[in-house]
Amino acid sequence: MTPLLIIIPIVLLVGVLALVAFMWSMRSGQYEDMDGAAQRILDDSADDHPPK
Amino acid sequence: MSCCAPGIEAANELADKGQSKIDNESIIAGSIDLKDGRRQVELAVPDVHCAACMRSIESELSKLELVELGRVNLSTKRVKVIWRTQNDFAPTELVDVVNKAGYRAMLLEAEDENAKDKTFGQLVRALAVSGFAAINIMLFSISIWSGADASTRDLFHWISALIAIPAVAFAGQHFFRSAFGALKVGRLNMDVPISLAVILALGLSVFETANSGEHAYFDASVTLLFFLLIGRTLDHLMRERARSAVRNLASLAPRGALQRLEDGNHQFIKLNQIEVGMQLDVGAGERIPVDGVVTKGQGEIDLSLVTGESAPEPIEKGSVLLAGATNLSGLITMQVQKPAHESFLARMVSMMEAAEGSRAGYKRIADRAAEIYAPVVHVLALVTFLGWGLYNGDWHHALVTAIAVLIITCPCALALAVPIVHVVAAGRLFEQGMMMRDGAALERLAEIDYVAFDKTGTLTQGKPRFVEMIKGAQSELEMAVRLARLSNHPFSKTLASAHKDVSAIDFDEVKEVGGQGVEANCAGDVWRLGRAQFCGAQDAGEEGLSRVYLSKNGEYLASFEFEDQLRPEVPTLMERLRGKVSGIVLLSGDRKAPVQLVAKQLGLSDVHWGLTPQDKLNQLTALEAAQHRVLMVGDGINDAPSLQAAYVSMAPSSAADVGRNAADFVLTRDRLDQIPFALTLAKRAANAVKQNFGLAIAYNMVAIPLAIMGFATPLVASIAMSTSSILVTLNALRLRIDAKERKIDVPRSSEQKVMPAE
Repeated sequence: MTPLLIIIPIVLLVGVLALVAFMWSMRSGQYEDMDGAAQRILDDSADDHPPK
Repeated sequence: MSCCAPGIEAANELADKGQSKIDNESIIAGSIDLKDGRRQVELAVPDVHCAACMRSIESELSKLELVELGRVNLSTKRVKVIWRTQNDFAPTELVDVVNKAGYRAMLLEAEDENAKDKTFGQLVRALAVSGFAAINIMLFSISIWSGADASTRDLFHWISALIAIPAVAFAGQHFFRSAFGALKVGRLNMDVPISLAVILALGLSVFETANSGEHAYFDASVTLLFFLLIGRTLDHLMRERARSAVRNLASLAPRGALQRLEDGNHQFIKLNQIEVGMQLDVGAGERIPVDGVVTKGQGEIDLSLVTGESAPEPIEKGSVLLAGATNLSGLITMQVQKPAHESFLARMVSMMEAAEGSRAGYKRIADRAAEIYAPVVHVLALVTFLGWGLYNGDWHHALVTAIAVLIITCPCALALAVPIVHVVAAGRLFEQGMMMRDGAALERLAEIDYVAFDKTGTLTQGKPRFVEMIKGAQSELEMAVRLARLSNHPFSKTLASAHKDVSAIDFDEVKEVGGQGVEANCAGDVWRLGRAQFCGAQDAGEEGLSRVYLSKNGEYLASFEFEDQLRPEVPTLMERLRGKVSGIVLLSGDRKAPVQLVAKQLGLSDVHWGLTPQDKLNQLTALEAAQHRVLMVGDGINDAPSLQAAYVSMAPSSAADVGRNAADFVLTRDRLDQIPFALTLAKRAANAVKQNFGLAIAYNMVAIPLAIMGFATPLVASIAMSTSSILVTLNALRLRIDAKERKIDVPRSSEQKVMPAE
């Protein structure tokens, strides 16, 4: 039982972190131009930061 | 970069497209003031398609000192520009710079930040939360199913409850609201059984957990939401994409007009500020913004979008102008006779509203299914509850079983079955250059058995083609070409571009006589190219063709014949359509001769000419009355009411705004040859939807008896639900594989451009 009490919070924490990371990436506009991001990676001199 | 060639050509073609010019005032009007001395504007750049395109536009923009940000969005094909306002900076430079990079740029109406699409963000957030919850709860569920002992099971149930309750409350809002809205007006939609199943499953699970029960359905309720949200998000994405593409096209329309003040100065005013009696200036190539009369200047206007008339019409002082026509020759001044909301254009819009389309009564397949499905499921659950309760008197067990029935029968596959098919089909169509407005249009397209075409601008390109010289010799043709180069008239441009190899000579005293032709002096002789009486000839240009005449010192020398050119793909299109539909009809507002000429070329027998917008509507109604499902393809303002009224409608991207907004499908490549492909795909999609319903029903046939008998444990429910969803999705993805129809290779615009020059 004891290992469970340690592991479960860790698992949930990692999950929540991933969720927060996704929400952040959405808010910062990384999904606004999916096609553009795919092309910009091919161009070394291009600005590949998300907009804003 | 060779892939960018179409963009460059498109920029050269800019002037040919008759699009309204962008001036400083309209850019300012279309931009957002960011308050700190900066403004933001969005331009549509329909031709960007690769990394090099983006870079060339962005680097050109960054060369301008005042530009703070210039960023291309490849998905929406737009550029966002933020610049610092300063007195000596003309915002048209932004557009010029994009044009210089080789791309067309159109101004987009400033979009209110509040009006921006929030639903999509909400849906994706809900999707993320439900996905997170579903994965974590499933982890706990798997250990429970593998035989956790009672105390661990209770702990896991509690943790699941802790995750599931907020997740459902957050992610389920979309469905709960829609279900509540439907119930409030006494209707049932697909969201009612969904909401009921999710809420009951959650409630029952919490109750079971509190009583240390063996089974909890947390996983089922959250996974259900997750799958359903996938369907909803895709559906929304598809519609949003179509909407933004149509908005990009709408940027071609005039946003305002140039008012001539009494002191001779000009002022830019917005469309809704135009009042009766105002004097407006309309430059060459611009659209007439409202109805009015010419007070100064003369020339010709292109009515092809307004009435379907293919030949340009001469205007002079006192001529009536209809909103939507394009001014072909020099500057004219007009007096406004009707405000924007009463113009010809607005009358068409109100006619569209009145045109009770046969599509109005159309109910989407999913809604029709829900109407049968929801009551059946609810009755089944009730019967199960009463049955078990009366059978063994254990009402708790009866309730648990009844809820299990609801969960098992929850129309997960059903709710996913239709949107997933539509999304896949819309993706296919998009690749082939067609925008689909919504899924219902695709369902209706599958039922089509009759096609009605407009002529001018739809079957034809709406621009003239040089046919032959009637009278005269090679030397006269060369002279005519030289004269034609001096003029901006469509006929002149066609003549000039058809004979690029003719050597140039110098004229002096070049004069363009509005509405008549062009006149020039060369070595003491006066040459004229233009209308019959301008060149002292008898007009014989009937029988569907238009003629231009050449004269020297008033003596008629030669004449040249033009016709409205068929789109190159139209003859093959007709051949392929004949095998798919039972009838093709041509409905045109143009004169008899040009319509019959086109009909003869295409071998069409069912042809109508000289139709007013109301006549077109009547023709469609007659066809509907004869039990035909009609697909209307048209582009003009005069087609708009019939596009609205037809069972399904399509418009090429060159169409007038009202037409495009009324149409279910917009052909983004400005070619018609994808219509048969769309018909086939619609039929296949309709089949896929039916198969998906079949799968869902088959699944229920197995699952419902199990649930009623009380064997539906959470494990069974989860497996059954996921399998059916995956099956349905896989079946929809089959649409991506071409079974019969070969992939049609669409040449880029470079090939199209060659055609008029042949």
